Amino acid sequence: MIYLDHAATTPPHPDVVKAVTEAMTRFYGNPSSLHKAGAEAGRVLQQAREVAARALGVSPGEIVFTSSGTESNNAALKGVAFQYRDRGRHIVTTMVEHPAVYRVAKQLEELGFSVTYLPVDRTGRVSPDDVERALRDDTLLVSIMHVNNETGSLQPIAEIGRRLKRYPKVLFHVDAVQSFGKVPLDPKGWGIDLLSLTGHKLRGPRGVGLLYVREGVTLFPLLAGGGQEGGLRSGTENVPGIVGMAKAMRLIREEQAAKPDHFARLKRRLVAGLRAWGDRVLLNSPERDEEAAPHIVNFSVPGIKPEVLLHALEEEGYLLSTKSACSSKKDEPSRVLMAMFGDEERARTGIRVSFGYETTERDVDGFLAALEKRLSELLAWMKG
Amino acid sequence: MTTIYLDHAATTPVHPDVVAAMVPYFQEHFGNPSSIHGFGRKVRLAIEDARETVARALGTEPSRIVFTSGGTEADNLALFGPAFAHRGAGKTHLVTTEIEHHAVLETCQHLERLGFSVTYLPVDRTGRVNPDDVARAIRPETVLVSVMYGNNEVGTIQPVAEIGRICRERGVYFHTDAVQAFGVEPIDVATLPVDLLTISAHKIGGPKGVGALYVRRDVVMFPHLFGGAQERKRRAGTENVPGIIGFAKAVEIAMAERAARRERYLGFRRLMLSVWEARGIDYVLNGHPEAFLPHVLNVSFPGVDTETLLMNLDLAGIAASSGSACTSGSLERSHVLKAMGLPPEVVGSAVRFSFGPANTEENVREAAERVAEIVQRLRRRK
Repeated sequence: MIYLDHAATTPPHPDVVKAVTEAMTRFYGNPSSLHKAGAEAGRVLQQAREVAARALGVSPGEIVFTSSGTESNNAALKGVAFQYRDRGRHIVTTMVEHPAVYRVAKQLEELGFSVTYLPVDRTGRVSPDDVERALRDDTLLVSIMHVNNETGSLQPIAEIGRRLKRYPKVLFHVDAVQSFGKVPLDPKGWGIDLLSLTGHKLRGPRGVGLLYVREGVTLFPLLAGGGQEGGLRSGTENVPGIVGMAKAMRLIREEQAAKPDHFARLKRRLVAGLRAWGDRVLLNSPERDEEAAPHIVNFSVPGIKPEVLLHALEEEGYLLSTKSACSSKKDEPSRVLMAMFGDEERARTGIRVSFGYETTERDVDGFLAALEKRLSELLAWMKG
Repeated sequence: MTTIYLDHAATTPVHPDVVAAMVPYFQEHFGNPSSIHGFGRKVRLAIEDARETVARALGTEPSRIVFTSGGTEADNLALFGPAFAHRGAGKTHLVTTEIEHHAVLETCQHLERLGFSVTYLPVDRTGRVNPDDVARAIRPETVLVSVMYGNNEVGTIQPVAEIGRICRERGVYFHTDAVQAFGVEPIDVATLPVDLLTISAHKIGGPKGVGALYVRRDVVMFPHLFGGAQERKRRAGTENVPGIIGFAKAVEIAMAERAARRERYLGFRRLMLSVWEARGIDYVLNGHPEAFLPHVLNVSFPGVDTETLLMNLDLAGIAASSGSACTSGSLERSHVLKAMGLPPEVVGSAVRFSFGPANTEENVREAAERVAEIVQRLRRRK
C-alpha cells in the first residue's frame, strides 16, 4: 500500500513510537505529584516542552500542550471570546477554515458573537486588504489557517500579521496544523499571538496537540481543573504523548532542513501527470509555490463520483481521500472548493493527494499509472 | 531501596498488557478512523470494539460512551455541555459540593464567571453530602447536579443512588465523577439513576490522555470541543486510537479483577492500620467508616506536618500524597479536609496512601513500618 493521505494522519515515526512506549513504562508518575515518580515525570515534561519550543522558535513558557489540534483551535477561539467578551463580540475568519475553527465560529455565533467569514479567490487565499477592511472597533480576534487542509492553499500569514500589528487589541490566531515542518513558519516574526499544532499530522502520536500562546496573552481556559499548563489547560498531562509530539516536531524540522524542495519536486511531477488529462481533470490546488504548500494536491474529475475513483485506486494500492477526513462521510460539496470556484460539480468531485517526507517520485509515478488505468476504465464505462 | 508506590489515586503505572495492546495502533494500524479507505475503516472497527468494552463495564450501550482526553475534559463537558444547551430556557443554576475534584469545582467557577450561579453543598465530618441538602438546593432554574461518586482524597462514597433519584424526580440532570470509583466499585448505569458519568484511563492502569463520559440518551448538550463529526458530534477531534484501545484493555483487566482487587486493597488497609496499632502510633482515620473506596486510605498523624512527612517518606522510598495531585504541588491545605470541618492538627498532618494492583502484602507492610518509624522519629524531635 502506498499511503498518499498524510494530510489526514501520518504513520508515527518509529523513534516516536519508541519514545512514547518507553515514557509510558518508565515515567508513569503524575507530574503534579511531589515524590520522585512525579518529579521524574515533571522533568521529562519540561524537557519535551523545551524541545517543542525550540522546534517552533518560541519560549517553553509559551507552549500549552492540549489533546489535539481541534482542542487547540477551540481553546484559542473560545478562550479569546470568553476572556474578552466585555470588550467586544466580533471575530474575523475565512470561509475555508478547518471545521475545528469554522464550526466553533458558528457555535460562538449562537452564543451571541458576530463572525465575519472572509471569501477567498481562485487560489483559495484571502486578501490582506479584506482582512483589514473587516476589522471593527469590537473585533477581538482574527483566525486564519496557514495551509488549507484540502487544497494546500497558503495564506499570506506574514503579511496579515504585519498589518495586524497596527491593531494591538486584535489577537491573531493561526491554525498551522498542516504547515508546521512543511513550509516556513515564524510565529514570532509574523506577529502571531496564538497558533495550533497537532502531533499526528507530523508523525507524532494521536491525542496530543499544542497551542502556542504568546507571552502576555490571557485566555479563558477551555478545560478547567487542576491548573496544569500554567492554568491554561487542566488535566493530568499526557506525558508519553507530549514526549512523542516533541520528538516528532524535532524530527520533522530536521527533515524539512535536509529536504527543502522534496514536496515541490513531487508536486511538479504529479501536476505534470494530471495535466495530461486535459480538461477532464481540473487542478484545484494553486500551482505556484508562493500560493500553495506543495505537499497537498487537490484535483476534481467532474462526472466521476470521487468515492468510486478512490476505491478503484485503493484496489491498485493507493490510499488517498476526498476532502477533510473529518467530514469525508457527508455527500456534500466541499465548502473549501465551493468558496474557491463556486462550482458545485467541481466541489463535489475533489480528490486529495497528500505527501510525506517518505513519499518518493516512484510513488507518484505509480499513482499516475494507477490513475491512468482506472480513470480510463471509468470514463470508458461512463461513455458506453 | 526500591520505591513503594502508594499513590495510585494520583496516577497508575500502565499495565504491560495495555502497552502491548496499544503498540500495533501506533504502527501498522495508524489510519484516521474518519478516512473512508480500508485503512481507516479497520481502525474504526477497533474503536467500536473498545467502545463496547467500556460500555459493557458501565452497563450501557456503546453509543452512550463519548471518549475524551481525560477525566478533566469529561467533567468540563458534563457541566458546560448541558449548561450551555439549556441556558436559553433560563436554566442557569447548578448544584455541586465543596469536596469535588478541581475539574468540577473550577468548571463551576468558570460557569459563574459566564453568568451561571452555583450552590456548593457542605459535607459532614465523614465527607458525605446530605441528600436532603441536595433536594433543598434544587430550584426551578437548576439544570444539573454534580456530586462525585467516591472522593479522591479521603475515599468517602457519596449516596449517589439517592441523590440520583431526587434529581430524576425533580427533572434535573445528575452528573457524577466516578474517576476514582471506576474499577473498584460496581457501577451499573442501567440501575443507577445518573445521566452523566466521568471515568479516566490513567487511574486504572490505562494510558494518560484518555477518558470517557457516559451520556444518557435523553441528555441534550452543547459540544465543548467542536469541529469534526467524531463521537456522534458530541466531541470533535481525530480519535486518540492507541489511547482508546489501551483504555479498553485496562477496563477489561480491571473488570476481570475488580472483586479480587477490592479484597486485596481492603486487606492492605487493615494491614497498615494493624502495623501502626501494634507499634502504638496514634493516628486519625479520615473519611467515612463504612462507605469508602477500598484503595484510598487517608490518615492523619497529629503533631507531624504533612509536607515534612511526605518528604521523609519520599526519601524512604515511599510515594504517597497529601491529597489531590493537581493541587499538592501548590502546598495548599486540602479543600476536602477543610470542608469536612476537621481540626487544624488533623488537616495539617493528613496523608493519603492509595493502592494499586502491583502492590503486595510485603511492600505494604514494609511501607507501614517505614511510616511508623518516620512518624515516631518526627514526633520525638518535637
